[in-house]
Amino acid sequence: MFGFGKPSVPAVVDDGRIRARFLVQHPGFRLDVDLDLPGRGVSALFGHSGSGKTSCLRCFAGLDRPQQGYLQIAGELWQDSARGFFLPAHQRAIGYVFQDANLFPHLSVRGNLQYGQRRIPTAQRKVALDQALELLGIGHLLERMPSALSGGERQRVGIARALVTSPRLLLMDEPLASLDLKRKQEVLPYLQRLHEELDVPVLYVSHAPDEVARLADHLVLLDEGQVRASGPLKELLLRADLPFASEDDAEAVIDGQVCGHDAAYGLLELQLPGSDARLRLPHTAVADGQAVRVKIKARDVSLGLNRAEGSSLLNLLPARVESWQVLDAQVLLTLCIGDQRLLARVTRYSFDQLGIHAGQAIWAQIKSVSLLTP
Amino acid sequence: MPLSKNDLDAILLTLELASLTTVLLLIIGTPIALWLARTESWLKRPVGAVVALPLVLPPTVIGFYLLVSMGPNGFFGQLTQSLGLGTFTFTFTGLVIGSIFYSLPFVVQPLQNAFEAIGRGPLEAAATLRANPWDAFFSVVLPLARPGFVTAAILAFAHTIGEFGVVLMIGGNIPGKTQVVSVQIYNHVEAMEYAQAHWLAGGMVAFAFLVLLALYSGRSGKVRAW
Repeated sequence: MFGFGKPSVPAVVDDGRIRARFLVQHPGFRLDVDLDLPGRGVSALFGHSGSGKTSCLRCFAGLDRPQQGYLQIAGELWQDSARGFFLPAHQRAIGYVFQDANLFPHLSVRGNLQYGQRRIPTAQRKVALDQALELLGIGHLLERMPSALSGGERQRVGIARALVTSPRLLLMDEPLASLDLKRKQEVLPYLQRLHEELDVPVLYVSHAPDEVARLADHLVLLDEGQVRASGPLKELLLRADLPFASEDDAEAVIDGQVCGHDAAYGLLELQLPGSDARLRLPHTAVADGQAVRVKIKARDVSLGLNRAEGSSLLNLLPARVESWQVLDAQVLLTLCIGDQRLLARVTRYSFDQLGIHAGQAIWAQIKSVSLLTP
Repeated sequence: MPLSKNDLDAILLTLELASLTTVLLLIIGTPIALWLARTESWLKRPVGAVVALPLVLPPTVIGFYLLVSMGPNGFFGQLTQSLGLGTFTFTFTGLVIGSIFYSLPFVVQPLQNAFEAIGRGPLEAAATLRANPWDAFFSVVLPLARPGFVTAAILAFAHTIGEFGVVLMIGGNIPGKTQVVSVQIYNHVEAMEYAQAHWLAGGMVAFAFLVLLALYSGRSGKVRAW
């Protein structure tokens, strides 16, 4: 029951990836997943409530012990039920951010932050307390007790507490779910900075498509305890066999780079990688060269065979038709602009009128672009 | 001097018995309460019922069974004799053992409630922050359950001081050895020494009042430093 000495760890090959296989079975619930995730960036575990996201995350942390399990983090084995090997939670180099922060009520913010940090050897402390305080903007809260913090502040302290243990894997269980919209907007930018400034792979559980679109690089779609799809976010959003693209608010996520700002009209200009195309959107200035992520909804993209003149549309981009999927009276098309892909939804009537064929050059008329990051 | 030497001995012996019992009960009761608060085993209810038995049984029943089992022919008595310890009936050790059984629910139940109120959350947080289970117990559970420990200690101490039936059954009435205050009051009344009985009985009333006052102010207030 009490594991003191470290059990001898079987050796595994380091391929820099996260491999996990969990089988959990209770009456009325079954989680059966086999995942191969990139060893960097944010991987989102996405699904409805009851789809097994949190159970899966708890298996990663070692808080739950699956009937059968295998877990390897960048060459370090944490669990292999076939060899009877299970590293308990307190011996795993994880950071866990709970849905409700779960701060220790008897310790101040400083006490909470130091709790984990004191328990790892000095040589392993890669994230300094000051760095975490600065990253999450909580330096002024150090002497407060958790009961005197707002929900958003509590969550930021919870994230900092996990970070200062210098984890090899950061696990986040819907860290924004218990917050109202305003608090969410307060915490989200900190999560994005985390992503940009720290080189720790993150597993992020969420049922909010908006958070996932902003934060994730890799997406795992869970449904009734099974993996329905796992792959790069941008690809999965376009797949017609998954709920994202078939939903009414289907959208594509595009990564671009700031290349200018028209101060007179308040327009930000983005360069899309792999093409000359530029996107413009109303926004305040962002530093030149800054990488940004935008989303474009399929219903905000219409098609033209010729460049529309005399239009109020800001963005008319030359694109190529890659593929399409007929959905009743509508057609969902995937367009390529350089390396980036875009979804467009038009009526089947218009699709036939335009006589669209694969590989066709076409003008994408984009009505609206929203900035997701920074 | 309203109190005789026997009375003073009885008071000292009672305090000694209650203190020792309280310390031992906190040590014994904590793992039982932890187990009861965390387990999902079917044994939880039967064990909980056994722990609570002294709440409903007459002290003479507990005293009777302890007397029989600790006596020369009882199972426990034969064990202690074979270990060269003699028998514990009519000794101070016997009183401590009896008091532990008698006051067990008064320690286990407040502790169990405190542990259940803490829940799994703080323990899981501690585990993800590299605290092993012992570490988590001392750094998280103990401080969070402090009000429960205070309540348990006060109840165990006060309840042991008030016991009469168990003491009489297994300890008898030996001055300086097993003669506690409640028994001494009984002796005074038997001997028609009402004045001395008043002094001891009045003292017990005042003590009981202060204990309950401390308990209730501790409960209604927020976390306070005891």
